[in-house]
Amino acid sequence: MNAWEKLYLPAVLKGMFITLSHLFKKKATIQYPEQKRSFPKVFRGLQVLNRDEEGRERCTACGLCAVACPAEAITMEAAERQPGEEHLYREEKYAAKYEINMLRCIFCGFCEEACPKDAIYLSETVTPANYSRAGFIYKKEDLLIPDPTKDPEGYQKALGHRAKKINN
Amino acid sequence: MAEEKKIFKVTIDNITIEVEPGTTILQAARRIGGDVVPPAMCYYSKLKGSGGKCRTCLVRVAAGSTADPRPMPKLVASCRTNVMDGMVVESMTNNTVLEARKAVVEFLLINHPLDCPVCDQAGECDLQDLSYDHGRESTRYEFERRTFERHDLGPYIQLHMTRCILCFRCVFAADQLTNKRAHGILDRGDHSEIATYIEKSLDNDFIGNVIDVCPVGALTDRTFRFKNRVWFAKPVEADRSCTKCSGKVRLWMRSDR
Repeated sequence: MNAWEKLYLPAVLKGMFITLSHLFKKKATIQYPEQKRSFPKVFRGLQVLNRDEEGRERCTACGLCAVACPAEAITMEAAERQPGEEHLYREEKYAAKYEINMLRCIFCGFCEEACPKDAIYLSETVTPANYSRAGFIYKKEDLLIPDPTKDPEGYQKALGHRAKKINN
Repeated sequence: MAEEKKIFKVTIDNITIEVEPGTTILQAARRIGGDVVPPAMCYYSKLKGSGGKCRTCLVRVAAGSTADPRPMPKLVASCRTNVMDGMVVESMTNNTVLEARKAVVEFLLINHPLDCPVCDQAGECDLQDLSYDHGRESTRYEFERRTFERHDLGPYIQLHMTRCILCFRCVFAADQLTNKRAHGILDRGDHSEIATYIEKSLDNDFIGNVIDVCPVGALTDRTFRFKNRVWFAKPVEADRSCTKCSGKVRLWMRSDR
């Protein structure tokens, strides 16, 4: 080292210049819960069970999503629609029980692709935290989209742009 | 005169096989196996008299026999045509046959509803397999389809006439397995339907076989309705050395483990 380098000060200043210059650069981070990044179009989040425009459940419990699921996260049980329940279920058969184990799910989107009724799609919601493992087994009530006739705002919010692409 | 056992040589899609006289082309093709076998909906080998209704098994006979090598003028139903010595049959190799098969599938699907997600037969449905393998992607039919109400034939069997393709297999099964047939096909042509004439129930001990014999979801098990899907069931070997039924038993059941 020569005398100029032994002084250290120029090196310190050079380093500080790099550090301080970052103050004026665009921030790489965002303030997460308040701000959110927009997802790419192909983003696959939590599953949602869709309804039709009259608010009837589209799912007929055909089991194609469960058989397509590589992680075997989906289980279901079917039931027959009784007379007088036509406003609740679109077809004569519906899912009485529908569960997705979100810990098993790998969000591959095969269930969405397999569904012949456009009943399931992957939304833009990311899996929220939970205290227990049992809390990650989503029941039908957790998965169903809000009724568009009763809660149109919540329905639109839950739809996101992925489902709109399917519907139109 | 010494009885000499005759053997017929028949060539199906350039594969030659020797069969006994009286064999149908379809049976000979099944002997060869593989892609050569024409599809069949109404033919059921164990039921006498079945076949000849659905026309799915159409093949072209390029040469009738060694004695008379002229080709047959039209496509023939292979389940009903017996082989002759030196017969040459084209099944997969002929484009006309493939086109005809496509058309037959389209005809079969004219009145058949697209309710496979609801239907209990989905997954073990012959018509589903057939339309996957030989059908068109979409239908060109744009008129109103024939629909019926669902109907309960006794406590065990449900008839969904909309799905029926009128293959007559259940009629033959009831004829040959039970001593008195209670159901049959009423009316003719476009109006024909499976019925018990006046709301009778099918309650013979062996009548459950009609559910099994039905190639589509027209006759389904009432006790099993919507309980399971075919692809969730896994085979369980349940062989029993029972003196009454002693046979190989394989249970298909749903289990989560």
